[in-house]
Amino acid sequence: MTAYILRRIAIAIPTILTLIVLSFVLMEFAPGSPFDSERGIPPAVLANLEAKYGLDRPAIERLGIYIWNIVTQFDFGPSFTYRDRTVNDIIAQGFPVTLTYGIWSGLAAIAVGVPLGIVAAIRHNTWIDYLAVGFSIGAQVLPNFVMAPILVLVFTLWLGWLPGGGWQGGQWNYLVLPVIALSTSFMASIARLTRSSMLEVLNAPFIRTAQAKGLPMRRVILRHALKPAMLPVISYLGPTFAFLLTGSVLIDVFFSTGGIGQFFVAAALGRDYSVIMGVTVLYGIIVVALNLVVDLAYAWIDPKIRL
Amino acid sequence: MYRRTLLALAAATMIVPPAHAAQPQPGEVLAEEQVFRYRLLDQFPTLDPQLNEEAAGSHVIRQLFEGLMNQDAQGNLVPGVAESFEASEGNTVYTFTLREDAAWSNGDPVTAQDFVNGWRRAADPATASPYAWYVELTSMENAAEIVAGEADPETLGVEAVDDRTLRVTLTQPLPFFPAMTTYATLFPVHAPTIEAHGDDWTAPENMVSNGAYTLESLTLNETFTLVKNPEYWDAENVIIERVEGYVINDENQALTRYEAGEFDMLEPLPAGSFPRLQQERPEEAISVPRLCSYYYAFNFRDGDDVPEALRDPNVRKALSYAVDRDVIVDQILQGGQEPAYNFTHWATAGFEMPEIPYAELTQAERDAEAQRLWEEAGSPDLELRLIYNTSDNHRQIATVISQMWKQKLGVETELSNSEWAIYLDQRREGGFDLARSAWCGDYNEASTFLDLVTTTHGSNDGKFSNAEVDELMVASKTAEDPQPNYSQVEQILYDEMAIVPIYHYSLAFLLDPSIKGFPRENVENNWYVKDFYRVADE
Amino acid sequence: MFRRFARAFISPATNPYPEGATEIVAGRSLWADARARFLRNKAATGGLIVLLLLIAFALFGDLIAQWSNEEIDWAMLGRVPEVGGPSLANGHWFGVDETGRDLFARTVQGTRISLAVGIVGALVAVIIGTLYGAVSGYVGGRTDQVMMRIVDVLIAIPYMFVLILLMVVFERSVIMLFVGVGLISWLDMARIVRGQTLTLKNREFVEAAIATGVSTPRIILRHIVPNLLGIVAVYATLLVPSMILFESFISFLGLGVQEPSTSLGALINGGAQNLRNETPWMLGFPLFFFCTLLFALFFVGDGLRDALDPKDR
Repeated sequence: MTAYILRRIAIAIPTILTLIVLSFVLMEFAPGSPFDSERGIPPAVLANLEAKYGLDRPAIERLGIYIWNIVTQFDFGPSFTYRDRTVNDIIAQGFPVTLTYGIWSGLAAIAVGVPLGIVAAIRHNTWIDYLAVGFSIGAQVLPNFVMAPILVLVFTLWLGWLPGGGWQGGQWNYLVLPVIALSTSFMASIARLTRSSMLEVLNAPFIRTAQAKGLPMRRVILRHALKPAMLPVISYLGPTFAFLLTGSVLIDVFFSTGGIGQFFVAAALGRDYSVIMGVTVLYGIIVVALNLVVDLAYAWIDPKIRL
Repeated sequence: MYRRTLLALAAATMIVPPAHAAQPQPGEVLAEEQVFRYRLLDQFPTLDPQLNEEAAGSHVIRQLFEGLMNQDAQGNLVPGVAESFEASEGNTVYTFTLREDAAWSNGDPVTAQDFVNGWRRAADPATASPYAWYVELTSMENAAEIVAGEADPETLGVEAVDDRTLRVTLTQPLPFFPAMTTYATLFPVHAPTIEAHGDDWTAPENMVSNGAYTLESLTLNETFTLVKNPEYWDAENVIIERVEGYVINDENQALTRYEAGEFDMLEPLPAGSFPRLQQERPEEAISVPRLCSYYYAFNFRDGDDVPEALRDPNVRKALSYAVDRDVIVDQILQGGQEPAYNFTHWATAGFEMPEIPYAELTQAERDAEAQRLWEEAGSPDLELRLIYNTSDNHRQIATVISQMWKQKLGVETELSNSEWAIYLDQRREGGFDLARSAWCGDYNEASTFLDLVTTTHGSNDGKFSNAEVDELMVASKTAEDPQPNYSQVEQILYDEMAIVPIYHYSLAFLLDPSIKGFPRENVENNWYVKDFYRVADE
Repeated sequence: MFRRFARAFISPATNPYPEGATEIVAGRSLWADARARFLRNKAATGGLIVLLLLIAFALFGDLIAQWSNEEIDWAMLGRVPEVGGPSLANGHWFGVDETGRDLFARTVQGTRISLAVGIVGALVAVIIGTLYGAVSGYVGGRTDQVMMRIVDVLIAIPYMFVLILLMVVFERSVIMLFVGVGLISWLDMARIVRGQTLTLKNREFVEAAIATGVSTPRIILRHIVPNLLGIVAVYATLLVPSMILFESFISFLGLGVQEPSTSLGALINGGAQNLRNETPWMLGFPLFFFCTLLFALFFVGDGLRDALDPKDR
């Protein structure tokens, strides 16, 4: 097991390097520059900016310097847009925010989605099932750009219970609306995956055998059915958590949370190369790490799986 | 800063009675809590005065720092750190006298050298300010050479004669130079702070500023707070104790939060909401002119695959005549904008609206004329490519105009939207027949608009080029009265129909009625929170 | 206990084309069975009928629309909240949008685009994602490592720049929109399928197939993939709504749908923007069609899952 984990970490390094090089190439060929503005910038001023940020050097040299700084100091350089901030400053501000509401959203989605899916599967084709299905589709029908304004309308303007946005260091009342808006569609997906996977497992002969032996239903489900049924859900959770932890731009925009998602999209639109790269590497590390966790979870669920 | 007034003022020493900050009217009861909260659409990239290049940051920097001159509620120049100034040598040398009591927030006096430092810093290639061109625009001696890296920043045409005397030397007469000192780029800096902290000097715990407020906190993309600066020379007349800014990208979300009472000022408003808000909140919904023009630029480049028909001025005229600007202004934007038949914004100081024939017609007459011109041009079979950056307003305007052209002239328009950077790239490279464009005045004078249509201007993306226009604009710089030149340029723009002018901007916003002192007649939208105060709710 | 259905998979004679519908053998073939089971399921059949109706609406709605999707009703412009609501009299059955264009015609056309995007996204995910995931999981070892790390990189890459480059290299067209959707839709599917394959390949029926000398591609196609179809069907139906909404982002960048054309995502977004302007029809009608589509897809997906579950006979 330890050997396996070490091997995976060793593979992670070339993976992230590939990611950096590919992203660099993509940005290199994309039109636009971080210094674009509606007003054309005079050539002398542009030259000074490019010199200051090293954009006047050949691409291969910049890539080399870039990778060197990341590898040796974990330094992603200064932001091109926020001229008095570094990428590390921006990640240090935005990442804890997204981490907080991302974890809460993920937990909420699991805490509601999994039981809902299980109950729906056990009571297949009863009103409980239909209710659960109805809820989970309803949650997907309202995309968060529709749900967010409605939530603020109801809870901030009409009821006056919760603030309509902001973060204020992550106090709970600032957390509620973003978590609701972000978690519902994942809740729905998790419920649907759990339900269908559970149905499949409940039909499997070994469960039928267990039932035939007269074991109580609760015990059958918790001891035998739940683990194998969770497999596709866990596969789904890997990329989903990676997404949640690095934030949703819509949530950041609608609730002014100051999270990393908005920085990333603004950076992409504004061609703030260093911020894009910093967040991409962060995201890549999270994806790789979570997929390792998922693979370990497979082995725990099904010991026959050879890693 | 009405240009003629300026000329008159600049001729002699200017001494203006000291303008004190907020001045409550008799009978007004001040509120207990003197806070001003407002919403920002986007996070400002920096609060460094010399690095700043956009409006949101300028608004905050204007509260934190103070330049030589300020503006009053009408946009007139009033003394800031400078008590007075004197112009000599035919408006090429300006001598500013600084007030004795001006101080930095750490107690240090504000000296002439602080301005010299700030201005050199703005021009210095090592700073790489995106607004370095603004220093060039002032025509200070050696500014252009310094920006180009050909001269030492020390050679900039500004010197501290003594602690309270600043002398500026220009390469050409520039009557509105003092007005240019109200912009952030020409604000002073506290050099020891920058030396001590480097790029981090703008962090709340490090920043030393000389304005009415100091920076208390700043979280990017969320919020920032300013508090009153007790060291400010006029602090006793500053009433608002605290300023809070909230960054909210989504316009509808921002409106809902305004309605929930989370802040006092909301700008801009969601598209199409102004009429409803005006009805529901007549005291709060305000629209004032804003010095920007919205237009479609024709592509005049040679060799690009622009339809040949567009080379015909009559075709361009027909397209422009066929645009029903009243529909766009009154039925789509609905925020107090004015239909535009020329380029320069109607509210520009000193600008006399030239006689543009089709401005006076009814739309039915314009349509008839458009059809006449179109037939005269041989009713070309035209398919146009119109580029715009993705946004609701641009999309709606483009949709409506394309339908007008289709129905009135049978012109097909390909509406090509893309995200900002690609759109700018296409606009610059000429990948369009028509490009949605807008231009905002850098200062309140017609040349800030009309310079754009000269051959060499960096933002002339349609590459319109007319020798007469170029000559007239060069001549206007030194003319006693430049207005006739401006009118002539506008006349040529009409004759050639170099652009399709669409509308002149207004600034529509919501302001809580308990906030008093907001400058509604300042067309450059330069507001100073030190002039505000909050009255108690009745 | 797995032998019963394992046998069904191993004996090719009874079931020569399990992965395609080229030649459905009448009688007891897996596909005929599945179809029969699917049609017995009332909810699934109902979902399928609604789905077909939606497709018919998208394809033929233009025939009954009184306006085109780009014509502006100038009488409405500027007074949309007061007079732009749904009306039988003026032919704007669903009302008009904020620029006075007929919402019925726009919903028909938007549904057409969005259905196409959803179908393409789901198909790419099902075909590429399933095969990729099944190969990776079944072959395992180093191949699996490499294949999955490639997916990791593709998930993490700043996708916006992929789209921007597509736009720079190719002209904007609906085809490029599909390419853009297809490029991203299969990644999560591949991971889920691989996870399922990892447990499937240790099952007895696979081991039996290996023992009888069945080739690896054959095992993947005939033994692994059919057992994955349940989860694949469910996840594909989950993917459709996110792909439909993702289209708005691609179009925002400039690669996808351009005015005067529209899509359900753009219409819903427009409706949400006008939430406060007293024009509920702008959100209501597009959202209704989106919602109907999701319900229909769910029941179809669920029915497929039941029908394809080999244990469920």
